[in-house]
Amino acid sequence: MITKDEVCKVHAMTEEEKYALLKNVINDYDRKESNLIQILHMAQAIFGYLPVEVQHYIADQMELSVSKVNSVLTFYSFFSTQPKGKYTVSICLGTACYVRGGREVLNKLKDVLGIDVGVTTDDKMFSLSVMRCIGACGLAPAMTVNSKVYKQVNPNKIHRILGMLK
Amino acid sequence: MTTNYLLKRVDFIFKNENDWEVILSKSINRAPQELINELISSELKGRGGAGFPTGLKWKLSAEAVNAIKYVICNADEGEPGTFKDREILSRVPFKVLTAMAVCGHVIGAKEGYIYLRGEYHFLRPELNKAIVEFEYYCKEIKFDFSIKIFMGSGAYICGEETALFESMEGKRGEPRNKPPFPSTSGYMGKPTVINNVETLAHTFTIFKYGAKRFYDLGVQYSRGSKLFSVSGDTPKPGIYELELGMSLEDFVEEFGDGDTKAVQVGGASGFLVPRKRFHETAIGFQGKLTGISLPTGGSMMLFNSSRSMFNVLDNYLEFFREESCGQCTPCRVGCQQLLKGIKAVKRGEKNAQYLDKLLRLTETMQYTAKCGLGQSVANSFSSIVENFREEMIY
Amino acid sequence: MAKKIKISINGVSVEIDQDTTILDAARQTGVIIPTLCYHKDLCVAGNCRVCIVEIMGQKRLTAACATPCEEGMDILTNSLKVRNSRKHIIELLLSEHNADCTRCYKNGNCELQKLASEYKIMTQDFIRLVPFKNYTIDQFSPSIIKDDSKCIRCQRCVRTCAELQGVNALTVAHKGDQMKITTFFEKAMNDVVCTNCGQCINHCPTGALVEKNYIEEVWDAIADKTKHVIVQTAPAVRVGLGEELGFGPGVRVTGKMVAALKRLGFDAVMDTDFTADLTIMEEGTELLTRLKRKMVDHDPDVKFPMATSCSPGWIKYIEHMYPDYLDHLSTCKSPQQMFGALAKTYYAKARNLDPETIVSVSIMPCTAKKFEANRPEMHDSGYRDVDYVLTTRELAIMIKQAGIDFMRLDDVHYDRLMGESTGAGVIFGATGGVMEAALRTAYELVTGRDVPFDNLNITPVRGMEGVKEATVKIENPLKEWAFLEGVELKCAVAHGLVNAHKVMESIRSGESNYQFIEFMACPGGCLGGGGQPIPTNPEIRRKRAEAIYAEDEGMPLRKSHQNPEIIKIYKDFLDHPLSEKSHHLLHTHYSPRDRF
Repeated sequence: MITKDEVCKVHAMTEEEKYALLKNVINDYDRKESNLIQILHMAQAIFGYLPVEVQHYIADQMELSVSKVNSVLTFYSFFSTQPKGKYTVSICLGTACYVRGGREVLNKLKDVLGIDVGVTTDDKMFSLSVMRCIGACGLAPAMTVNSKVYKQVNPNKIHRILGMLK
Repeated sequence: MTTNYLLKRVDFIFKNENDWEVILSKSINRAPQELINELISSELKGRGGAGFPTGLKWKLSAEAVNAIKYVICNADEGEPGTFKDREILSRVPFKVLTAMAVCGHVIGAKEGYIYLRGEYHFLRPELNKAIVEFEYYCKEIKFDFSIKIFMGSGAYICGEETALFESMEGKRGEPRNKPPFPSTSGYMGKPTVINNVETLAHTFTIFKYGAKRFYDLGVQYSRGSKLFSVSGDTPKPGIYELELGMSLEDFVEEFGDGDTKAVQVGGASGFLVPRKRFHETAIGFQGKLTGISLPTGGSMMLFNSSRSMFNVLDNYLEFFREESCGQCTPCRVGCQQLLKGIKAVKRGEKNAQYLDKLLRLTETMQYTAKCGLGQSVANSFSSIVENFREEMIY
Repeated sequence: MAKKIKISINGVSVEIDQDTTILDAARQTGVIIPTLCYHKDLCVAGNCRVCIVEIMGQKRLTAACATPCEEGMDILTNSLKVRNSRKHIIELLLSEHNADCTRCYKNGNCELQKLASEYKIMTQDFIRLVPFKNYTIDQFSPSIIKDDSKCIRCQRCVRTCAELQGVNALTVAHKGDQMKITTFFEKAMNDVVCTNCGQCINHCPTGALVEKNYIEEVWDAIADKTKHVIVQTAPAVRVGLGEELGFGPGVRVTGKMVAALKRLGFDAVMDTDFTADLTIMEEGTELLTRLKRKMVDHDPDVKFPMATSCSPGWIKYIEHMYPDYLDHLSTCKSPQQMFGALAKTYYAKARNLDPETIVSVSIMPCTAKKFEANRPEMHDSGYRDVDYVLTTRELAIMIKQAGIDFMRLDDVHYDRLMGESTGAGVIFGATGGVMEAALRTAYELVTGRDVPFDNLNITPVRGMEGVKEATVKIENPLKEWAFLEGVELKCAVAHGLVNAHKVMESIRSGESNYQFIEFMACPGGCLGGGGQPIPTNPEIRRKRAEAIYAEDEGMPLRKSHQNPEIIKIYKDFLDHPLSEKSHHLLHTHYSPRDRF
């Protein structure tokens, strides 16, 4: 089974090595259609996103139709067909966060980053997304940068949070 | 904790008892039928929100004839305002694993899966360690049971049991037609018990202390305790284990900020209860106590008078519009119509009577949608629109 | 015997087989429950929720298509609750649908329109959703137009493409309000694995998927006095056309169709069956030649099994899915394209016409034929061999537009030169027909005797089984075919591309040892083609097949090589099968394609 370390090393890899790794992943999962979602998770970890070529490769290797692969992955919000920035900034728009100012924080983020939801900045630093309740309702509104959770954020804190990342 | 105890607090689930090995060994040496009877007499009902009797669920799968069966722990906790399952899995994972194994013993399954919500991937390393230790112990006592984690991928609908199976089978998470039911044809078409994380944790309590201890808590039709995720306008957000059957008035007394105008019980698919009905609302499954009872997955979201109920409903509908799987007409189109409809009324493009048309539409959605998601949109919509009609219009 | 259970439908007690769905039980007892996503060819989806019924004692309504009856069920199909809910659902579908009915190609033959009409939905209460969506119409394909604004997401097309055809060109993408029926990465239908078979069109309840029609172009050509417009009609059209014009399924309307085409103003009405017979001559000879090359010359390059090449949907399928097996295909063009190439050469010469002035039209049960006629390699006459391809449905539209009372027409015979055919040509329209026709001729060619089946009817290759097999043992061959003595010719027939896939996989894995295989893209063969009348379902296909075989039995000549016009064309023009001239005009090549 492919290890997490291998996946962590991916940014040092060439495209060829990435595809070789993906092939190992697919073999590890027995090329079974029922493991498609796990394979997509790993593929996204390796490539950062799931472009047409990767979908095609997976379909070929698993002997599935490529439209079927696409059909499955577009159902789930975790899978992205667009490249992501170094930092993915997500604001929670679950009910608690929403009514406690999540929308305002989102607008501020759009403003500061100069991008819309689902888009990545030109310098490939930031991607902006929205998410559903992450269970931080107690300290709403919440946002995350990659996997770090920031609670009780407000529009005034955005500059500082983003500034510290740069 | 200070202050007066208006609510009966319970401490079962998070009580750190280092005796899961004992409970497991003891339970798997009991006859399946005995364990089923124990569960049935405890009157434990599913804690995910639908409230199906757990004992009956296990019984049906135990009776199904098949060499391969599965136990699935539904940890796809996606209901807005709910975060109890995450706490259970991070604080007392062994209770859940034990309960799964006991279920495996009861129904004759050798494989268990935890379907973990994608957003909870940070739980995975610790949970994996727990599983390794658990499986090691199972081997030691020569009990054949393995558990795997399946990561969700960001789709609320996968909390619906048949959608969850589809997703585990590598497909789009679209709910199936029922029948057949999971007890005879679930994951991979095999008999499957699928229980919510909290439900499994409660079975641990029952197997440890016996059905009576559990049954003695709560009220008729709603036995035992339950975890509540308290959020919104409250000075003390968090997770609390409370006895079922409490009145909402007492609840607000304890958790409100003094200005509570409404409580959303059960998340986006639950009901909104306005202040004037707090006293007649009891939290439980069914049957009348002093007033209406409400099923709940455990989300209790408080709103004070500064909150716009239009915004709350708008947020719910936005959620449903996106999270509907899209396959059945009433849910896919209905959610879009409801969302566009309330906005049109708010902007004055449709008159106030249009809200009545939408209320009738939610009734149709409740009767005709393929799964629980579409059926339950009516709950929040009608309870908010009926109680806060002016806020929808002006 | 299935166990019987008792239920009640609208207060009437009935006894039905256990496991019958509520929908079927109702139909058996004369109660019609409306449906949209349900289709007899496909698995049950239970998506549209139009077929909901009330089961007494249950709060929620139940989808009749997806729910088996249980003992003692008390079912109401038209209670107030059912009616109100059903009306709501129709209203919801209409709100999501571009209901510009008078400008829709499917106006008058749309299941949603019919439902709306039945339930008299007169107002537009719900907000129209179409303007909020960014719909574009995909009309890049020469065969199929896909208009998402008319799609009601019933997924009949998706299930068709997956279950009947195994192509998966159309799938569901995204979820919630974004959910839509689309191709891989939302490419145009023309740029993906779509075979243009048109089964999606045939199964679409609305106008979301329709054929690209060339009706006006053909009217223009007919009106143009400088043009000589000739038309050919495929075998399966004559057993389908009647359904569009007032007859029931399975009625043969060959003579009336010829009469109608004459009245429409075509200068010559001829028969694709003629080139079906010609195909048998070429393809049969090709098969025997291949056998000789393999068994006598031991040529390592000759490929077996040989596969038929009449079905353009199948051709595009193999080009996409099995590009390394193109050598297995017969090099024969389809009968349509053979006809096209001959129309502007042989026919032009015989009638002393300038081929430039000839407009060649074909009437096909097929939408893939439109793509086939459009292939760049189909210009061997020096011109585009077939100018316009119309489906059975398009012809019916023209007949209606012309005000022809079809039922009252007297039978008329095809024009000469390329209008004579045999029973062998006719059965091309049914699955197994090409195989049967080929065996009738090849066997006689080799042995000098009739194929050893009762009355020439090779029944093992007939019927609706997905994959059929037959073995013909060759005994006492003529001298020049002596090497075939004792050879058992193993043949297979597959129809519906999902069955083609099965056979191809068995070839790839090496487990099958066929010599000759007939492949047809559509279930039932051409009679169930994507261009045939809607609806087409198992029962209708069966009736059309009966009509085809009845037509065959009624013909005086039933073997391709007996066709006097075939004998004449070889004598006057082509010399012999696989001659240089026939290679030039009647044979083609194939190209590998992507698997998108």
